[in-house]
Parts: sequence; structure tokens; C-alpha cells
Amino acid sequence: MYRYDQFDEAFVRERVAQFRGQVARRIDGALTEDEFKPLRLKNGVYLQLHAYMLRIAIPYGTLSSVQLRQLALIGERYDRGYGHFTTRQNLQFNWPKLRDIPDILDLLADVGMHCIQTSGNCIRNTTADHFSGAAADEVEDPRPTAELIRQWSTMHPEFDYLPRKFKIAVTGAARDRAAIRAHDIGIQVVRHPVSGEVGYRLFVGGGLGRTPMIGKLVRDFLPKAHLLAYLQSLMRVYNLEGRRDNKYKARVKILVHEIGIEEFRARVEAEFAALDPAAIAADPDEVARIEAYFAAPAFATFPADSQRVVADRARDAAFDRWVETNTFPHRQPGYAAVTVSLKPVGGVPGDATSDQMRAVADLADAHSFGEIRVSHHQNLILPHVRQDELHALWTGLVAAGLAEANAGLITDIIACPGLDYCALATARSIPIAQAISRRFGSAERQREIGELGIKISGCINACGHHHVGHIGILGLEKSGQESYQVTLGGDATENAAIGQLLGPGITAEEVPDAIERLVGVYLAHRHDGETFAEAVRRLGIEPFKAGFLAPQPAEAAHAAA
Amino acid sequence: MPLLDAHGYRADPWRRIAAGEPATGDAVLVALADLPAVIAGRSNAQRIGVEVANTVRLPDLSAFLGQLDLVAIAFPAFNDGRAFSLARQLREAGFKGAVRAVGPVIADQFTHLVACGFDEVEVPDAIAARQPEAQWRGALASYGATYQTGYGAGASILERRRALRAGQGAAS
Ligand code: HEM
Ligand code: SF4
Repeated sequence: MYRYDQFDEAFVRERVAQFRGQVARRIDGALTEDEFKPLRLKNGVYLQLHAYMLRIAIPYGTLSSVQLRQLALIGERYDRGYGHFTTRQNLQFNWPKLRDIPDILDLLADVGMHCIQTSGNCIRNTTADHFSGAAADEVEDPRPTAELIRQWSTMHPEFDYLPRKFKIAVTGAARDRAAIRAHDIGIQVVRHPVSGEVGYRLFVGGGLGRTPMIGKLVRDFLPKAHLLAYLQSLMRVYNLEGRRDNKYKARVKILVHEIGIEEFRARVEAEFAALDPAAIAADPDEVARIEAYFAAPAFATFPADSQRVVADRARDAAFDRWVETNTFPHRQPGYAAVTVSLKPVGGVPGDATSDQMRAVADLADAHSFGEIRVSHHQNLILPHVRQDELHALWTGLVAAGLAEANAGLITDIIACPGLDYCALATARSIPIAQAISRRFGSAERQREIGELGIKISGCINACGHHHVGHIGILGLEKSGQESYQVTLGGDATENAAIGQLLGPGITAEEVPDAIERLVGVYLAHRHDGETFAEAVRRLGIEPFKAGFLAPQPAEAAHAAA
Repeated sequence: MPLLDAHGYRADPWRRIAAGEPATGDAVLVALADLPAVIAGRSNAQRIGVEVANTVRLPDLSAFLGQLDLVAIAFPAFNDGRAFSLARQLREAGFKGAVRAVGPVIADQFTHLVACGFDEVEVPDAIAARQPEAQWRGALASYGATYQTGYGAGASILERRRALRAGQGAAS
């Protein structure tokens, strides 16, 4: 894992001192509220419905056990004993007091963390595949690249007052688990088909929100050493030409859409041609320094499949189910990557109590080289677990209430904070997630349905990624009533697609039945081994539309009664 | 409007020339449209500056850069960041004169402004009143080093690491 050196440490301490000063200058009137707002946002401080909210950056979703324990402490001391993991691999505290925030920032700096650029019109926290460095299918661990981008983008003098927020995601595998085409820039580490050189493929102009768009290919192959110069060129084109007259048209996706990807690419390349990449790039020693932090931990050599796990699974059905859904193939024989579900049936997606954070930190120390990841599915990951130890780990998770066997299943729901916390919300999203989760809570039922991603947003801003959910749910407000639009066929992976609307909005109470009907159509039509998403791709939206619009007789009777 | 550079507030030696007004004086600041005529009629040793909107692009200015002592770029609002890129482009194109930010920029942006190639800022009276010199100097002092190589005079964090490695290499 990356660890701050003296320069990173000094830089972050300076930022805490700077923010302390800015808070003081806001209070004494040197800064107006309008001037203070972007400065506060750049430090992750939002003003929400009930309180301030603090968003903590977890760069590329990687955490150490020491850092997670510190988050537990902050949650206990300054919040209500829990934190909320988000789809941006960040952690949010919903109840801190403004006057406590500089102290919280100090506690974060003590463990090499910060809130810098988790909000505001700047380059946000860079996200990455949560299985980085563990996945068997990776060309290369994307985290050294993400860390380089983190440093380069931190308080970039030229790009701190962009037209709008800017999000970069990186994946090291062809199988996209980082939703790179839903980001302003998506970066895929690739091997050149002819030379074999490792470099990057870049997409630009993805984004969700009120105008969802899938990122477009802007550069098929970029040598690694050119990355920062290319990013500088692209950001410069956006900073100069991105629209500033209308905040809803200010994202780079709109610029790319309006001038076309060819013209956009030509402008970036013209800017790039005028730069000297070597003068901007990190030198090879610096790249090697960063890479060294991400070297594989001291794995031992084991057979690919642990006999112990086979035996444990045979005698413990609950463990067997959990292994089936919540483990992921590891590049190192005899190891597995584990998803720690933050989606207990009927619970709040992404919430973890301070006690649970400590439990995960302890389990990471015991079984995963002290390393934890946050996934954009709002779950935690223990990336490097010896298969022989899976049962011991699972036993610990059961004790902490964290052993739900539902990774990737219908109750593994992504939901934004919605009307329970968010000032922009038009409807609730957490209670909708809870209702669906309860409806499909049976372990057998979930397994029978198989892989299915439901994503819920409480307003058109799409923080819950509903556009790219296999089933997407968007909460709106219609004449004082919550109204939920349901979409189908979204996809956040390398097959990125925006979901299509199934029909008119429905009430909160109707949502679980509607999901039930969609699942019914799938179960009735699926081929052997075909997932929900695959079935939707094959069948198209029509059969599902029909199912969505036609309540079952039992429901109709129920509604009439 | 008050003028300020890294040393503090100071008198402005530049005279703004309105459209149609004769461009007389030691240092004249003119609009882009008037620039060719003013350069053509330049008196000996007269310094000429141009004042532009942040929507002006480098190619609009390139032909004149060798003749100019000052480029003043407007900030319609402090959070309209286009001028940061324009200033950088001027510097990368080799412009050696002064670059000025004109508008409601705030002290908290001073480090970024300087790093992108601005030398001075001309701010509205209200901002000068709320943000005295000490706050601008304080803002500059609030950054020891930044990560971006080539922005600002000091060595970047990457360059400092390199120097440290070289030092360690030499010592061992
Ligand atoms: C609670 C306070 C929050 C506020 C005020 C807020 C605000 C917004 C706004 C205004 C947008 C639309 C941006 C655009 O269309 O240009 C947006 C998008 C987004 N936000 Fe949030 N958000 C909040 C919480 C969250 C949370 C908790 C998450 C993660 C779970 C999140 C992740 C995202 C993502 C992934 C997008 C859409 C992707 C994109 O950038 O296009 N936000 N947010
Ligand atoms: S989608 Fe809307 S309701 Fe949900 S967190 Fe984002 S802004 Fe708030």
C-alpha cells in the first residue's frame, strides 16, 4: 500500500492548517459565503439537510487496517458511531459539527488520509478496480497509475476551478469492475497488440447525472510515460472550452457531445503535441518508488484449490453459500479475494458501525495482510485471503454481522442517501432498497435469481448509478408524491449501457412488486446459465415492459381490496 | 482597482486607454481590437499591454507577444478558471512580460495564480478591504511545495524527491 513520505505528509498538514485558517476567515468576514463555499467543498465539507456532511477520500478504494480503525474512532467521537461507504469508494460522515472538522482532518492526516477534492469543481478522488493487485485477469495493477494521478491532480494550480466536477477511474483488466465508461475519463491499462508494451486506453465524456452518457474512446494506446502530459492536455481543453453558462451542461461529456469526439480528440492532440511529455512525467525512479508500495504481499505457495475449504464447505451450508457468492478468484494460487457485504437484508446499503469497522480491521490483520478495499458497490473487500483461512474469517464476519452471502445478488443493492440525508433529493432511496432487500431476503431465492444489480438514486443526479443498473430505480417527486421510474438494461462494465425506461412512475409501495414481476419474466424466459443482464440483452426490453405494466392477478386483487 | 503582487499592494504604473483615446503615456493598457494600431504608432520605449477576456485564445495573441510587456486577463468571477490555462499557455509560448489577473480573485487563489504564470492581481476595492496584504502573503506561504512539475518557481515535490534520492545516492 502507498504510504506518505515526508512530502505527502507535509503537504496534507499544510492543507489542514490552510482550511483551519479559511474557517477562521469565514467567521471573521474576510471570506464571503460564496467565496468560502468552493474552499469548503474542496475539503469535502457539504451542507446537508440536517447537518454538515464530511466526505473522506479513500484513494482508489485502498485502506489499511490502521486507517480503518481511525475511521472507526472518528465515527465514534464525532459522528453517531457509524459511517457510510459510497459508490465513489469514499466514506461519508453524516453528522459532524463544522467546528470539529479541522480536528477530524488532523486525525485523518495522522494516518495518511484527507478529504481533499472529494467535492467541488475539481479533479475528484481517483477510483479503481477494487480487486486491483488481486484479480487473476489483470494486465497490471492499476493503483500505481491511480496514485500517480492522485498526486498530479492534487491541488493542480491550473485545474482547481474547472467548469464542473471531474472524475477519473482506472482499471487494469479488460473486465471492467471500475465503471470506467461512466467517468469523465476512464483509463484501461492495456498491452499493445503488436509491441507488447504496456500502456493505456482512454475514454472521455462518460457520466451519469441528468444527461447520462457512455464514455467515448479518445486514445487507443498511450505510452505510460505520456500519461500526465496527455491528461494535462485534455484537462486544458476542457478547462478552456467546457461550458460555464449552465451548470447542467458543464461536464466534459457535454463538450464532447457538442463538438464531437473527433474534434475533441484533435484539440487534445494539438495541445499534447505542443508539450514536452518528459518535462511533465514522473521520472522512472519516482514511478518505481510508487510501484514498490504496491508490490504483492509476501504470499506463500499453496495448491490452487484448498482441500480445507472443500471440507469446510461440505459440512457447513451457510459457509458454502458465502464462499460461492462472496469470494473472487485470486491471481495467487491458494488465495481468494473476499467481499464483505455491507448489505444485510433490510439494512442501509453501505453503512458500517465503528465496531464493524474495527472487526474488519482486525480480520484484515489476521487474514489479509492488513489490507482492505472499498468497492463502488458500497461493500468492503479483503483482497488477499488464504483459502485455508476462509472459514475462520467467515466465522469472524458472522460474529460482526457482516457475513451476508449476497455479493452481486439482488439484495446487493446500491443506493444513494436520498431524502433521508441529501438536500437535493426528490425521493427516498434507502427505504426502497430496504423494502426490496426484505422482499428477496431468502437465501435460496436470491441464489436462484443469480447475479442482478439494482441501483437506486433519490434524484436525477444519479449518485446511485441507476442508469447503469441492470434494474435502475430513480426517485422523483410528482405533485408532492414520490414517484419511482424503473429502467432496465443498464450496465456499468465493459458492455456499458444506459438503461431504458419501462413505463410510467410508480409509488414506493409498488416498487417491490414491480421488481418481482421483472424477475418473474426473467425466470420464465432464461436459458440455462443465463444471467439477468444476458437475458435482457437477448430478449430486449419488450417482454419486461409487458411484465412491468401488467400487475399479476393477485396484486390487482390486493390493490382492489 | 488596487493592484497587488507577491510583495504587496502597490501603485499601478499602467494607464488604461479607452477606445478612441490617444495611446499616450509610458505604459498603456489597451483592448485587443486597438492593439495593432497602438503597436504601429508606438513611441520610443513606450510599454504596451493588452487587456483581454478569458475567452480570447492563444492564437489571437501569438502574433503580438514579442511586442507586449503586459497581458491582463479578466476573471468575470473568481471561480471561472479559464484564465489559469490561458496564462499557462502564454508562459509555455515563451511570453516573458507580466501577466495580470483582473477581477474578483481571492487571496486563497494566489498560489495557483502565481504557479500558472500570473505576476500580479488587480482586485475590486471590496476584496482589497476584506483581504489585506497579509492574507495574500499568507496564502503564498501556505504551500511549501506542490506536486506539479513546471508550475511555479520552486521545485515540485517530484523534483525534491529526485534531489533527495540523488543526495542519498551520492552519500552512500
Ligand atoms: C449527500 C450529498 C450529495 C450531493 C449533494 C451530491 C450531489 C451530486 C450532484 C449534483 C451530482 C450530479 C452531477 C452532474 O450531473 O454533473 C452527483 C452525481 C454523482 N454523485 Fe453525488 N451527491 C451526494 C452524495 C453522493 C454519494 C453518497 C455518492 C456515492 C454513493 C455520490 C456519488 C455520485 C456519483 C457516482 C454521481 C454520478 C456520476 C457522475 O458523476 O456523472 N454522491 N452528485
Ligand atoms: S442522487 Fe440525488 S438524492 Fe441521491 S445523493 Fe445524489 S443528489 Fe442526493
